[in-house]
Amino acid sequence: MSVDERFSRDFREDREEPLGTRNEIVTGPVSDWASDFSHLEPEWAADPYPIQDDLRQRCPIAHTDRFGGGWLPVRYSDVADIAYDTDRFSSRAIIMSNFRPPRETAPIGASPPISSDPPFHHDARKLLLPAFTKSAVARQEPATRALCHALIDEFDGQDVVDAARDYAQHIPMRVIADMLGFPAADAPQFRQFVENTLEGVNLPPEERIARMSALDDYLLEQIHDHLDNPRDDLTTFLIDAELYGQKLEPAHVAGTMALLLIAGIDTTWSAIGASLWHLATEPADRERIVADPALLPVAMEEFLRAYAPVTMARLVKDDMHWHGVDMKADDWILLSFPAANRDPAQFERADEVVIDRAVNRHAAFGLGIHRCVGSHLARMELRVALEVWLARIPAFTLADPSAVTWSTGQIRGPRALPLRLS
Amino acid sequence: MKVRINSELCQGHGRCYDLVPALFADDDEGYGVVRGDGVVQPGQEQDARLAVANCPERAVELIEES
Repeated sequence: MSVDERFSRDFREDREEPLGTRNEIVTGPVSDWASDFSHLEPEWAADPYPIQDDLRQRCPIAHTDRFGGGWLPVRYSDVADIAYDTDRFSSRAIIMSNFRPPRETAPIGASPPISSDPPFHHDARKLLLPAFTKSAVARQEPATRALCHALIDEFDGQDVVDAARDYAQHIPMRVIADMLGFPAADAPQFRQFVENTLEGVNLPPEERIARMSALDDYLLEQIHDHLDNPRDDLTTFLIDAELYGQKLEPAHVAGTMALLLIAGIDTTWSAIGASLWHLATEPADRERIVADPALLPVAMEEFLRAYAPVTMARLVKDDMHWHGVDMKADDWILLSFPAANRDPAQFERADEVVIDRAVNRHAAFGLGIHRCVGSHLARMELRVALEVWLARIPAFTLADPSAVTWSTGQIRGPRALPLRLS
Repeated sequence: MKVRINSELCQGHGRCYDLVPALFADDDEGYGVVRGDGVVQPGQEQDARLAVANCPERAVELIEES
């Protein structure tokens, strides 16, 4: 066995001093959503859609001084223009927080390819695409289906179950752990990594750095295990992968592993949970799909439109006047695909869930070069999760509407979802 | 009538080959490709329009031939 010198020391030691810029953390009630928005406040987590609808009427690009300054477009056309314009908007940071990584981190960023800009982005992304095609992810379907059945078997006669905690979250965790070649028993740790990355945004910097470090420690441990025991999974694939005739930089390997782990979990967990929440609250839709399972793939796209879980972020590259507002270099853009998906200028009956919607060019998986690389995997997991649930549990309602909680931050979905099974 | 995919616009969402596998397939990287010569057979017109109506990137085109 040859020794891979790249990982003989901690990849973090090779990183430049994390200069970047930090700003004062501002929390507390929002005074005006048009000039002081924050996606981390409870009002947004509970129900962001009326806020977005209101802003679309009167703004339509909201601003905030929080997070060191940022913008929130809520029209489909503005969101699309930004997603397509990689010259003016950088992906070097994609979680809107109180820290901006230094400009020199572009075009690679901390977790390629989601954090990368052209031209590097294209090459880093191309490496991953074959593993995530529809036919490649179909190989995970039998195990996913068996897992869904096993999770429901465990409900075993209970009248009330938490569909977010006891069902939705386990499905993407186990699937991505299997694809990366991580032990299934480590899944409970993944939830912690996800929360730290995506929901710990307003924590003090020392605490945030310490928590992110735990993820890096875990990934390094997995890399070493795979160096000792190479196997047919994404981790070994990334360790062996080459770009421009050379093996990947250690930080690239770990950054992409972090991306696949984090981005694969919270998002699909949210989509499964939000779909079950809808079906629990709209019995007519539930009964229609149970009676006609062929409708599920169409209905699923509508759930993805109406409850799109993922909001991304960008950083403005240079000062500019853009679509009527004065943006400054390094201003954040909170790129709300959920808001775009509910723009009446783009969708008929945008605020209604129409489960047989025939024209549905929704942007739940993004638009342009950063289209979610895991979209085919997410769709497979969501479809199988709903198929198995509806076949086994065709009738269910919210056990206690006031007990439902939604995640805070850029990924939105139910985190507590008690359902009464009947 | 023929279908065409503008490969400059396609990002591999896969809505076309999900919805209408008779007319579209994916390549090794998940981008959409047209099967054969892309000619829409009688009875497939509605399916072809469905693929157009569900492409988020507006990459699927219908070419009407007189």
